[in-house]
This record gives sequence, C-alpha cells and structure tokens, in this order.
Amino acid sequence: MNQSSSIFRLMSFLRNASTYLILLVILVWFALLSPEFLTINNLLTVALQTSLIALVAIGMTFTIISGGIDLSVGSTAALAGALAAGVATRLGLGTVAGLVVGLLSGVVIGFLNGALIVWGRMPPFVATLATMAIGRGLTLVYTQGRPIAGLDKSFTFWGGNGWLGVPVPVWVLAVVAGIAYLILKQTPLGLRIYATGGGEETTRLAGVNVGTVKFSVYLFSGVCAALSGLILTARLWSAQPNVGIGLELDAIAAAVLGGSSLAGGSGGIAGTLAGAFIIGMISNGLNLLEVPSYNQQVVKGMVFILAVMLDYFIKQRRSAPAATAAED
Amino acid sequence: MAEAIPRLKLEHIYKAFPGVQAVQDVSLEVYGGEILALVGENGAGKSTLMNIVNGVVALDSGRIVLDGQAVQIPSPRRALELGITMIHQELALIPELTVGQNISLGREPRRFGGWINWQQVYRQAQQELDRLGIQVSARARVADLSIAERQLVEIAKALSYQARLIVLDEPTSSLTSRETETLFRLVRTLRQEGVALIYISHRLEEVFELADRIAVMRDGQLVAQGKVTEFTPNRLVHLMVGRELNEFFPKSQTQQGEPILKVVDLQAGKEVRGVSFELRRGEIVGLAGLVGSGRTNVARVLFGVERLKQGAIWFEGKPVHIRSPRDAIRLGIGLVPEDRKAQGLFLKQSVRYNIGTALLERLSRLSFLNFRAINQIVRNLVERLRVRTPSLNQQVRNLSGGNQQKVVISRWLALNPKVLILDEPTRGVDVGAKAEIHALMNELAAQGMAILMISSELPEVLGVSDRILVMREGRVVAELTRAEATQDRIMQAATGQIER
Repeated sequence: MNQSSSIFRLMSFLRNASTYLILLVILVWFALLSPEFLTINNLLTVALQTSLIALVAIGMTFTIISGGIDLSVGSTAALAGALAAGVATRLGLGTVAGLVVGLLSGVVIGFLNGALIVWGRMPPFVATLATMAIGRGLTLVYTQGRPIAGLDKSFTFWGGNGWLGVPVPVWVLAVVAGIAYLILKQTPLGLRIYATGGGEETTRLAGVNVGTVKFSVYLFSGVCAALSGLILTARLWSAQPNVGIGLELDAIAAAVLGGSSLAGGSGGIAGTLAGAFIIGMISNGLNLLEVPSYNQQVVKGMVFILAVMLDYFIKQRRSAPAATAAED
Repeated sequence: MAEAIPRLKLEHIYKAFPGVQAVQDVSLEVYGGEILALVGENGAGKSTLMNIVNGVVALDSGRIVLDGQAVQIPSPRRALELGITMIHQELALIPELTVGQNISLGREPRRFGGWINWQQVYRQAQQELDRLGIQVSARARVADLSIAERQLVEIAKALSYQARLIVLDEPTSSLTSRETETLFRLVRTLRQEGVALIYISHRLEEVFELADRIAVMRDGQLVAQGKVTEFTPNRLVHLMVGRELNEFFPKSQTQQGEPILKVVDLQAGKEVRGVSFELRRGEIVGLAGLVGSGRTNVARVLFGVERLKQGAIWFEGKPVHIRSPRDAIRLGIGLVPEDRKAQGLFLKQSVRYNIGTALLERLSRLSFLNFRAINQIVRNLVERLRVRTPSLNQQVRNLSGGNQQKVVISRWLALNPKVLILDEPTRGVDVGAKAEIHALMNELAAQGMAILMISSELPEVLGVSDRILVMREGRVVAELTRAEATQDRIMQAATGQIER
C-alpha cells in the first residue's frame, strides 16, 4: 500500500506540476520573443493585472471544489465598485465607509447565492446566473449607466504602488491567497468543502451540515469578487458600470487550468494562482508582441484547450490502472 | 450472550412514503454482543427501517428505545452521537480524499482553536486500521484503493465512532470469499466486544454462518423473528418470498449446439494474459476467479471496450475484430455489466427508455422512431421477464436491484443476441428475483443462446453453469464440467493452492 501511495504522490505531483510546467513554458517563450518581458517592472505589471482575476478565481475555486460554481462574480465586482465609489463620493461618507459598503455588497450577493442554493435548492449554475443578471442590473440602476469618478487618494491608494514597490493589489492578493490556502488545507471547513464536492450525500451522512459549507463558499466567493471590484475601481480612479463582464469565465479558466475539476472535490489555491498567472502572462506577452487584441482571444482559447488536454492526458495515465483494478 | 436490556428496541414503527406503506408496525430488538440478521426481499422495508434507526428517514409513529431509554433520532449526526453507525450498501467514502480524511470527516481533531490536527487525523486513522488488521495506509487516497479495500476502510470508519450498534447493509456484495472471511472475523470480534450488530444480506449462507438471531421482513412487516436454530434455509426463503421456491438453482438439461465463439490466447492490458476457450450454443459457461483475476476484462475485451493486444476471436467460424461495443452488438454479443447503475442503466430515465434505447436504430423509419413498435416490444419484455414496475414510465432508479437487472437484461433481449455475457448478474439482487434471473438464463440457453456468466458467488457458479472456467492472474487455469466441479476445486484453482 505504501508503495502505491508513493506512486500516487509522484503522479499527483506531476498532475499538479502540469500547471506550473505550462506557466514555465509560457514564461520562457515570451522571454525569448520579447526582451522587455523578463524585466522586474514588467513582471510587476503582470502581477498587477493578474491580481484582479486571481482574487476572483480564489473565491471561484472554493465554489468549484464544493461542486458548485459562481457566475455572479463579474456583476458582484461591478456592483461593489459602484456602491463603494457612490458612498465615498456622492454620499460623501469617505473611503472607509465606501470600502465597507462595497465588501458588504459582496457578502449580500454571496448570501443570496447561498440562500437560493441551500434553501431554494436551485442548481448553483442557475442560481448564480440569476444573481449575475440582478447584480449587473442593480449596478446600472445605481450608476444610471455612467461612471462614478472623483475618488480621493485614500481610495486610489488601493490600486497603486505599495510597500517595496510592489503594487497594493498584489499584496492584497498575497494575503487573501494565504488565508484561502489555510482555510482549505488546515481547517475542518476546508476538508468539508472538498468532501461536499466529492460526495454530498456521504458528507451529510458523516454528520456534516452541508448547507453551512455551501453558504460559506458562496459568501467567500462574493467577498473575493467584491474585493476585486474595489481594487479595479481604485485602479481606474472611477467606478465603471460595465467592468467585470466575462470575469467569471477568466476565473473559471484559471481554476480549471490550476487543476480544479468542474465535477467538484479537487483543486487548490496554488494551482489556481498559477492558472491565473498563465492567463495574465499570455495577455501581457501578446501585448508586448503587439498582437492585436482580437487575435489574442483566439490564442488564449487555444492555450486553454492545450492546457486542459495535457491535464486530461496526465489524469488518464494516472487513473487507468486504478479504474481497471476497481472493475474486476 | 443476551443481556437483560436490549441495546436497541423498536416499538411499533410505522413509515409511509407516497403510495407505499414502507414499514408497518415493526417491533424488533437487538442485544449487545449479538448479531441479528435482517433478511427480506428488496423492497421489504429493511433499508427504510435501518434508515430510520440512522436518522436518515423520519418515522411516522413508533418508539425507538436505546439501552432502555426512549430516543429521538432526527439526523445522521444524532445517530452517530448515540453510537449508531451504518455501513451503507453504496460505498460511502469520498474518492478524492485520503483514508484518514474520510475517517475523520465531520469530527476532525483540532488544535489551537480551529486548525485541523493532521498528525492526529492520520495517527488515529492508522491505529484504527491496524487494530482491525486492515493493510491500508491512512494517507492513501481512496480513489487509489480497490473496491474491497474501500469496503474495509468503510468498516474501520464505522467502528471509529465507538459504535454501540452497527448496521451492515449488504457488506459483502463486492467482496471475494477471502475478503469476506476477513470481514466475518471483524464482525465476530465486534460481537465479543459487546457491540450489537444488525446484518442485512441476501446471501443466506452468510446469514446462517454469522447470525445469532434472524428477523424476516416482507412487504413492510416483520413476519418472523427468532434464534437462528429455529430456521432452515427453505423456511427462510418461504418466509421472505411468501411462496415456495423449490430449488435455488433450478437446472434444466440443455441441448448444446455447435461452437459459436472461440477465443485463442487472448491478451489485453495487464489483466488478461492468455485466455483461450470456446462457447457453444445453448450452453451456460461460468467464469470464476478472484476479484482482479481478469474475468471482467475478458468480458470487456469480447465486448470491444478494452483493446486486444494479442490473440484471436472467432465468431461463428470466422475470425472477427471487435473494436467497439458497436462491433460487438452487430455480431450479436451482449454484455450485462458488473456495475449496473454506472454502466448498465440510465437511472433517471424510464423503464421504456432504458429498454427502448437498444431498438433505436432497428426501429426507425427515415430516422423517425417507430414508437408504437418500440412500445410493443418493451411491453412484451417487461411481461416476459416479470419486471415489477408500476408503469413503463417509472424511473429506473426507483426499482429494486432485481428489477433493475431485469431491465438491463431486457434491453439485450430486445436485440436477440447470440451470445450474452453476464457480469455478476445477481449482485445485490434478492432471492426471488435471483431465482427468476437464473430460470431466465436457462430458458435463453434452451433457445440456443450461448451464455458466459461471471460470478463471485460460488453456489451460483456451481448451480447455473454447464461448464466452469476458473481464472487466476489473467489466465484460465482450470476447466471443470458441471459434474466434477466443487467449491473446493474452484477455490484451489482460483487461489493457486494445492489440495489442502
């Protein structure tokens, strides 16, 4: 048994490593093609650009591991940004109040998602599709479709440069990723999130309140999305009603690239971060190479296919002997 | 053995589901240090009763008394707190997690307030596994374990709750004889330790080997309860079924025709390493062997699911290449797979759909389906095989195991195959339906169909087969006629032992 578990560990290392391998290949490739790519300045830019997707993707990873999904993240980000900017400027209550209200909007949407899924017994896809529309609608209603500008420095600080020359959003990402990692790997809640995604009924029979677990992941995802929206607003110096459209797809892509299975039960923060950085680097690298943005979409899609195929290939290799052993 | 106060006493339990009185006025007791076998056909209400005891299903009326005190069990969590655990028929482990994680799920040891104490998780789990003599690492992922290992882990999990009452629901349905022995040893140890055990099984030999007392349920009611010595197998079957089944394995003489399928030196993957045999029309051949000996893989090769590495398959005297299930079906080969829920059925679809899918190509005109013809055939098959279903529109998942299996077989019969491969055809099927499936196999063979049956249940292999092939480590190591086959000879061949 020990032997097979060490073989498993090797295979699972390879499987997880596939994401990092792809990341490395992309890094080397762009470094060879563009001299500017591998400069500290540019890498910080990549990190800054990636942090928005990565924050959302971390929350998304929680929902995906639990066997669900959260399509409302883009709308939540926009709503959080708009409310925060509105409270800070229109109502004149200042940055702190704005940020708090923005984060609370994430909590509210997360709670709404949880309520629809747990109490309303709706499939996560459908429930969050509905809240995605509601969130976007509320944002447009609140902003009347126009940007909210006039943010002061204490607000835009959150999108700018911080300690050691590293952008503040990257620090925020580091802190959130650290917390998320600890929750998943070191707390009972984390184990129960994996368990719920791996087998909901089994988890319930083990005496776990599965509803609480689901509420937690959607709350967390809502807060992550709101945080991302606040940072985006700070970076743009204004709240734009149409930001975050398609953000959920980037976040899902990052999680899947990072090894999460949409069937639930597997995934992790480190993988998701790597997945987000793959997406971020491709955008940045293609920009440096002056590839037109329309063409970039095509390249992104192709990289996504390649990465998932590679992952599938490695997985097949691993599970093939186990599956036949189970059959007879 | 028996104490004065029963560990668990059920008093006048009632439970109705829409349209069914699932449990009706059942009173039952189990004492610490005894094994009570709970038997009955599928749908007799055993599972509902046990789900009530485990807090999965709420009772309509009645009292549950645990060690002399009336208790309410509104949730699985409460049941666990009371020391009641259940080993479910469906494996209740999460494949993505490790053994230790599975065992500690829901009551993870913590330190510094909220953090999981992983060291303790694995130490406790390993201790439990070692204590029971289960050779599995607590750090292994469940997905990497064999079915049998998972079953043993599941038992370790149940025991780790310091259970005072354990319900085992068909725990041996996916175990081989050897693993069953390990399980029995465990169960007997637990009895010595004073645990009360309720053992649900369709295998009557197990019941007589293991149980101290037997309780029989039929149609939601308790029809008999008493010491094991008060029962005989025939009486038990009579009580369960409510009618007499003369023979467990009725065997009619069949006329064997010319060979229809011949395989020579079949090799595939790591599991099949040289298999040769012949199958004749009108013959039932039993394929015996331990789990992992490659039996299922042979079936999968013949059905085009697994790729052939070397060897030849001859069908009706001609060499054939079977590269996909489509090829196999075209030749007239059918496979009733081992795992009917995952591989044999569309669980959420109707009986009509499940049987009718076989006919889609055959019964369509200009690619439009001929629903009337499909309906006709489906109805005939359901009547012929006596599939007990309220209507053809019933979802298959609501049928009992035996009736589900009949649906899978019906789908094949709709296509009139020449060769039918049945992999564990009566696993998790109650005695009544089992006898019907065996009778049906005989009938099909009498009509000239060739049948290859894989089974881990030796009495079934011995009772049904005209000829028996025994596999070990990917090879056919023995071929026995019906007359010369005995349990011992099969086991010796399967395990590679010399005469004891």
